[in-house]
Amino acid sequence: MSALTPELGRHSWPVMARVDGIADHLRALLGDAVVEIVEHAGEVGVTVTRTGLVAAMTALRDDPALRFNQLIDICGVDYPDRAERFDIVYQLLSMAKNLRLRVKVTTDHRTPVPSLTGLWPVAGWYERETWDCYGVLFEGNPDLRRILTDYGFEGHPFRKDFPLTGHVELRYSEDHKRVVYEPVKLAQDFRSFDFLSPWEGTDYVLPGDEKAVTNG
Amino acid sequence: MADLTPAGAAWTADDTTDLLPPLKDGNSIQNYMINFGPQHPAAHGVLRLVMELDGEVIERCDPHIGLLHRGTEKLIEYKTYLQALPYMDRLDYVSPMCMEHSYVLAIEKLAGIEVPLRAKYIRTMFAEITRILNHILNTTTHAMDVGAMTPILWLFEEREKLMEFYERVSGARFHAAYFRPGGVHQDLPDGLLQDISDWADGYLKVLDEMQALVADNRIFKQRNVDIGVISKEDAIAWGFTGPCIRASGVAWDLRKAQPYDAYDRMDFNVIVSNDGDCYARFMVRMDEMRESLKIIRQCLKDMPAGRHATLDRKVSPPSRGEMKRSMEALIHHFKLYTEGLHVPAGEAYVATESPKGEFGIFMVADGTNKPWRCHIRATGMAHLQAMDFLCKGHMLADAPAILGSLDIVFGEVDR
Repeated sequence: MSALTPELGRHSWPVMARVDGIADHLRALLGDAVVEIVEHAGEVGVTVTRTGLVAAMTALRDDPALRFNQLIDICGVDYPDRAERFDIVYQLLSMAKNLRLRVKVTTDHRTPVPSLTGLWPVAGWYERETWDCYGVLFEGNPDLRRILTDYGFEGHPFRKDFPLTGHVELRYSEDHKRVVYEPVKLAQDFRSFDFLSPWEGTDYVLPGDEKAVTNG
Repeated sequence: MADLTPAGAAWTADDTTDLLPPLKDGNSIQNYMINFGPQHPAAHGVLRLVMELDGEVIERCDPHIGLLHRGTEKLIEYKTYLQALPYMDRLDYVSPMCMEHSYVLAIEKLAGIEVPLRAKYIRTMFAEITRILNHILNTTTHAMDVGAMTPILWLFEEREKLMEFYERVSGARFHAAYFRPGGVHQDLPDGLLQDISDWADGYLKVLDEMQALVADNRIFKQRNVDIGVISKEDAIAWGFTGPCIRASGVAWDLRKAQPYDAYDRMDFNVIVSNDGDCYARFMVRMDEMRESLKIIRQCLKDMPAGRHATLDRKVSPPSRGEMKRSMEALIHHFKLYTEGLHVPAGEAYVATESPKGEFGIFMVADGTNKPWRCHIRATGMAHLQAMDFLCKGHMLADAPAILGSLDIVFGEVDR
């Protein structure tokens, strides 16, 4: 493993230290926990097993060649077509080596992911946010309450199957002298245009198209 | 006069215990909870702090956030890359262009867009103008929270001048939407560089005067020195970044460590303090404004000629004049503002040094004209989470000072 000199001033996005052979080093360090290592756009992402997450994170934090001392961020990504539909993405930063690493685990809506609050206290709120927005459980988080949505909110709004308009809307009720929730009413249905080029392979279903299929 | 307490003698808590009436049998003193906010002027927006107090000492502090949650990340998934850009201004609304910065860099990174040098300089200069804009608001409101009214009156005049520069380049004082993938929206208007230069010459004096007003002030120091101390190790563990971690003795600045745009060409210092208290965080921001001025001056001096945005017409629109003459330009313009640009599938995390600290965008692109996921790494969220850690054992009156020194803006924390 050897550090490469970064090329300054070539592009606009942040220039980071790059390490030659980091994939091999990660495989040796994390062992069986590694599921996949992806290098894209100059960034390294490693997917690990759920059970091996805490051990892998501890190893990454304490490895003298990497020293990922700061947990920058945790977020969820939803892929509804997959069996384990959620990616939980951790961004690590090594100040000493000037490196970033993305660690991922996959899960579904009922399998909990081990919490990292024992390693970094900052994980607490990030895990709460992921629970709130995606409904992913974190085992070992001492305070897994909702954080961004309203008190008494139902559902997990960032899931792809949660409608953008939501289910309820809020207004002040003169009768009750307080704010009340009601089912959402829209003057116009929500419209989503994809604006993709019609000659580049989208399949719009125009009124009448279904007849063409049955006749043909 | 011999029975007076000698000056400097410690006044211990034991001295007061005799003054309290003895508890009757079966009675006990309980801690009580108070709500700080969500409509409290020192809460810097809509923050609700549920505090458990023992007398005036904070035992526990539980911030309730999300009162300004608008679902920005979800909304972005339903917009094209360009349509989603104005949401960035509405995150940290006191430093709008720095929010755009991470977002456009993330798109440029995923799509591999080359940016002309002039655009890099313009963005660097306006990122630093934004830093001053933000630090003016934070330092002066922090001073106001602890009782100093004058700084905000003096420095908001300067803030107004800076917002005028915003207006001259983008047409808007706050929600600029000026940084675009591939460069900036418009070139600088005539005379702007001279006016920024004139402003920069005068600003240092105003800043010095403001600092002289509060920095050595006894009341200001009593309210801030040794309040909300966080050590280097704790600051790293709690995810601190930006001025907050530099005030704890970590010389970490993304503009130096992972330079973007034209920062690798700039000569400036990373301001560090070792105390880790509210006063250190305040002073780091004051000195950072001076460093920002240095960077602005270098940008003014070296501002290269050339284009303000890339010529790649799949990314950046043609000029109006061109559209009147060229059919192809018209088509490009139409396609860009309906279909938008396509970003190749992939993931990237791009972080920039916003005035508050590391502001990151984690973008998952699926190859279409809309992002599959755009997560916003809000700086203030990590800082606010440490409120309980910082406030424990402090007096209730210290909470606004600590909150002010962390530089929280709810547009960004709640997203």
